[in-house]
Amino acid sequence: MSVAAPTLGTAAPAPEHLPRLLAEADGSWVSLSEHRRRAGPIPKVKRQPTIPIIDAIARAGLRGKGGGAFPTARKMEVVAAGSGRPIVLANGAEGEPASAKDKLLLTRAPHLVLDGALIAAAAVGAREVVVCVDRHADHALDSMRRALSERMALEPPSVSVRLVGVPSHYVSGEETALVRWLNGGEAKPTTPPKPYESGVGRRPTLVDNVETLAHVAQIVRWGPAWFRSFGTSAEPGSTLLTVSGAVARPGVYEVPVGASLGRVLERAGAADGDLSAVLVGGYFGSWLTADQASSAHLSCSGLARHGGGLGCGVVVALPRKACGVVEAARVVSWLAASTAGQCGSCAHGLASLSEAAGAVARGRAPRDADQIEGRGACRLPDGAARFLRSALTTFHHDVDRHLRGAHCPDQRHVLPLPNPVRDGWR
Amino acid sequence: MSLRLRVDPIVCDAHGVCAELFPERVSLDDWGYPIVDSDPIGRDLLDDARRAVAACPVLALRLEEP
Repeated sequence: MSVAAPTLGTAAPAPEHLPRLLAEADGSWVSLSEHRRRAGPIPKVKRQPTIPIIDAIARAGLRGKGGGAFPTARKMEVVAAGSGRPIVLANGAEGEPASAKDKLLLTRAPHLVLDGALIAAAAVGAREVVVCVDRHADHALDSMRRALSERMALEPPSVSVRLVGVPSHYVSGEETALVRWLNGGEAKPTTPPKPYESGVGRRPTLVDNVETLAHVAQIVRWGPAWFRSFGTSAEPGSTLLTVSGAVARPGVYEVPVGASLGRVLERAGAADGDLSAVLVGGYFGSWLTADQASSAHLSCSGLARHGGGLGCGVVVALPRKACGVVEAARVVSWLAASTAGQCGSCAHGLASLSEAAGAVARGRAPRDADQIEGRGACRLPDGAARFLRSALTTFHHDVDRHLRGAHCPDQRHVLPLPNPVRDGWR
Repeated sequence: MSLRLRVDPIVCDAHGVCAELFPERVSLDDWGYPIVDSDPIGRDLLDDARRAVAACPVLALRLEEP
């Protein structure tokens, strides 16, 4: 059952196949009228929370696509029930270096994201939406700006919608960092209260990733049963992946949750026998050997057995020619440089972790990363420790080679590391 | 009502007073920052915990309900 009755006679039928989200992101500019023809109308925002919307999201079983995989409806319920007028943040900061799916959606399907944000506002009873985009993501910003002005002219929303360019630091897209920045502070994570309790202007704040919001729009349009026609029963629907590394066709793919990683790599053009390992979930994620990857399933439960999760949908294929130890040391050093420098266990712990990773690359035995996990305001130290541990396990052959003092076959670097951000934190 | 010790990692400045006053539940990492045991504080240790909380020069240490 769909929440919004399809009232437009010329509306396109519910898409039966994948892609769903990416169907709108097919390259050319999708005008608001074209978007409306494909996506149908959206429910009106009311003064009070709209429980049927939250119910539909709950029945769809949608989980957040920013990395946390938290059930979206549960967050909406808490925000709707909080004290004070809620506010909605559409999080398109996408600080994960190997991820491009949010920028793609913002650039190619901005109206779908806006629909989702407005529906989320209706769901929780918010009168204000803030779309947060990396201030250096020019295409995403331009496109969202254009979509917003089209909307203001043709379909002026009854709630306030504004677009902001947020600082580009790795941790600035973390939800508490966004809230702190919008409150006039630095874009650095904070300790509780959490945004859903007390966020922007101390109001209950719903922070949802932009892909999550795009799914919200489609679920409300086509119904929970339609959403569930792909994916697994515990983790329904489709999800966006950013696939890169040793593949002939890198890019953003939309697959059912639970899809075979081996098939995804095949589709992206990974050459047989050319991979040494695959990173899933980004720099908070974990490494799978080529064998593990060929049989793994892209869901939180499927990846949990490999010690990781789907995260924000990053998949990087490491070619045999690259060295896992060198790649890990590069990433951990970059993560250490990305600390906000607020928590001692992170500022000192990641520096020491980075030193340990570098030492392995120079042929010294690895040390375990204790004293780091579970102690920071955000999950950066935990993510870095997990990343290194997973790398040292997966690349034990590379570790052995380094310990023997043998040379790496090739020093080609694969994992993308942006230049350290010179921006301020405001 | 059981209380637990919690440190605010952003506020903490590694003065180390907590570990000195309440070594039963607080140790220091390699860099002098506290590693706090989050088990509930029993009646016998509550006074020590309160003393450590009161002595933190930056008010980073707290006793909280779980």
